[in-house]
Amino acid sequence: MGLPREAGRVAAVAWKDLTAERRTKANFNAVVFLAALILFLFGFALGPDAEALRAAAAGALWLTVLFSGVLAFNHSYQVELESGALEALLLYPGDHRSIFLGKLIANLVFVLLVEAIVLPLAAVLYHLPLLRPFPGLAGVLLLGTVGFVTLGTFYAAIASRVRAREVLLPLLLFPMLVPVLLAAVEATGALLAGDPMKESGGWIRLLLIFDVIFFVASFFAFEYVIEE
Amino acid sequence: MPGSFVPAVVSRRRYQILGIIALAALVGAELLGLSASPPDRDMGHLQKIMYVHVPAAWSAFLAFFVVFIGSVLYLWKREERYDLLAAAAAEVALVLTALTLALGSIWGRPTWGVWWTWDPRLTTTAILLVMTVGYLALRSFVDEPDRRARWSAAVGILASLNVLVVYKSVQWWRTLHQVQSSPSTVDPAYALGLRLNALAFLLVLVYFILLRYRAARLERLVEAQAEARELAQGEELHV
Repeated sequence: MGLPREAGRVAAVAWKDLTAERRTKANFNAVVFLAALILFLFGFALGPDAEALRAAAAGALWLTVLFSGVLAFNHSYQVELESGALEALLLYPGDHRSIFLGKLIANLVFVLLVEAIVLPLAAVLYHLPLLRPFPGLAGVLLLGTVGFVTLGTFYAAIASRVRAREVLLPLLLFPMLVPVLLAAVEATGALLAGDPMKESGGWIRLLLIFDVIFFVASFFAFEYVIEE
Repeated sequence: MPGSFVPAVVSRRRYQILGIIALAALVGAELLGLSASPPDRDMGHLQKIMYVHVPAAWSAFLAFFVVFIGSVLYLWKREERYDLLAAAAAEVALVLTALTLALGSIWGRPTWGVWWTWDPRLTTTAILLVMTVGYLALRSFVDEPDRRARWSAAVGILASLNVLVVYKSVQWWRTLHQVQSSPSTVDPAYALGLRLNALAFLLVLVYFILLRYRAARLERLVEAQAEARELAQGEELHV
């Protein structure tokens, strides 16, 4: 069982999930529209005042990503549950963690694509400068999303096979996301404000540390969760 | 099972005696704490709430530690009693955490002027409460015992890890709570009451965990018997 072969398995799982998603698009379209809707709702809740909107934009943006992205994770396992595909997937030789990594990558691509549409929309609705902070902002978005998707993919492996999965996944996932959300919102807010205090760097480093901690933890815990 | 520190089923008598001792210790320690200590210079008699708030918090964290240990031991040894121990400790932890937050809020209103503040210790405790609810919700939604045990052990371990990370991250975010109270940071006049109350809470904690552990154990026993009966009936039908 060499590393290249495991990498091949990871790629195969990710490719399978993304192909299924690309051919139906049902889930992606629904999630994107829901994200746009949530952006609008935050706009209504925070009022039309441009200053107030800009001040709350980082939080609203991340909550939009969380609330819409959370819908993608259960789906990623639910498609496997129909006609016992998950059992077949587990019967293949090789490390089960390849399934985790494959699904993580597929979910990551999914959520990043949603963000690629949500971010410009948020910039328009909340009057945000997008081009000036862009390289840093893209990095924060990527790091925050990696933490979010890592934990989401892990907890969905549990929640998708349980009664009341719709409520259980956020109930398990969101408290775990508190550190990632904090760091991501602070870094995003600092960058959107032009980073006058040069504080975004510290938050980005923290985000990176959180990503590593949660990735290692869920990577090793996955084996216990997926086995039958 | 010999050589194990988690008994199979604690006898009814033994835990009843422990319960009576725990209750007596709690009442005695509270009375002593209330009567023996002078009013605090800044807080007056408000300080008395320390005798319940601080021991509740300590025992809650101890209970979470039991959840963590039970979860790790379950994944390692795969014996059901560790899972049931973790579940029993989580139930008690939930009650004690809720008590800690409620008492802290009552204390905070007159001393800090607010019911709630976004300080690391408060925020972490609240997140801990939510994660415990999630843990117990997961347990109630999964019927298959082996699966329930594995999943909740994994969730329990990750949640314990998260406690440290949340604490650190909120600390970087902001801070206001006074340094933790301990017998060494409070005036000697209060230390004895605090120590005795902590001991009383510890007894209550052990009693509650044993009680819930015993209930969980008996529940599983009844489930197993019902399964066996159904199997036997099924066989009779086939003959």
